[in-house]
Amino acid sequence: MSPQYWIEHYREVASAAGILFVAGLYCIVASRNLLRIVLGTEMMTKGVTLLLVLAGAVTGRVALAEAFVVTVIVLEVVAVAVAAGIVIGVYRHHGAARVRLLMEMKG
Amino acid sequence: MSHVTGAVLALLALTALWTIQTSILRAAIGLAITSALVSVVVFQMGAPLAAVFELSVCAGLITVVFAATISLTRPLDEAGKARCSVRRKRRFSPLFFVAAAIGALLWASGYALEVAAPAAAAGTATSRDLLWSARRLDLVGQLVILFVGVFGVVVLFKERDEEKAEEVAR
Repeated sequence: MSPQYWIEHYREVASAAGILFVAGLYCIVASRNLLRIVLGTEMMTKGVTLLLVLAGAVTGRVALAEAFVVTVIVLEVVAVAVAAGIVIGVYRHHGAARVRLLMEMKG
Repeated sequence: MSHVTGAVLALLALTALWTIQTSILRAAIGLAITSALVSVVVFQMGAPLAAVFELSVCAGLITVVFAATISLTRPLDEAGKARCSVRRKRRFSPLFFVAAAIGALLWASGYALEVAAPAAAAGTATSRDLLWSARRLDLVGQLVILFVGVFGVVVLFKERDEEKAEEVAR
């Protein structure tokens, strides 16, 4: 599909990306479970990925957008792996994975 | 907009909203479905490399990490599950309205933005050229962050010396 097609229809994709971002943000704000908060950040990243590629498609620079998306995905994986490690550490130490428990930690 | 793209986008929004509200294991599966749908849209926008990365890494690897993390935590008993379900419904019930309002707002604001057609010279470089030539510093940054992530996970899972001594004493 040509850039002109996405210029005409970018509002639909932008709305979907906005909904993904808002859903993730809402999850972070409303939930107290650490794993669910990581899930919320993942959902926000999906929205950002969609917007990055949309920006590339609309401006005719899809290759540049692809390079950014690959970088974002690598960062996403590292962040999730470290966050999962933290969640497991908190769970082993306290027997639960609630945000409030992080405030009781030393340091 | 083609019916297929429209349907995929609608499904994407609905899956995201369902993912946020459901139980944690179903949410991990929902995240994988969301990633798969995002990769379909990204592929349609002419970015196959990003689509493949999204599908294999986000829908595959990250779901495995989530499932492994969930399996390492103890499941709730029946009373706890019922309590959590009620609490989750109460907390996430306004999400549909918030998301619908944001979606409508973005849809309406699109009319105000003036997106011009790209210049003829735009987008001539391939993603391979850009990654290995123009954005080489990004690759170095990715490598550094990967190493930091690996060391972070190693440190997080490293048993403390005292814990080891206690186990040996037993």
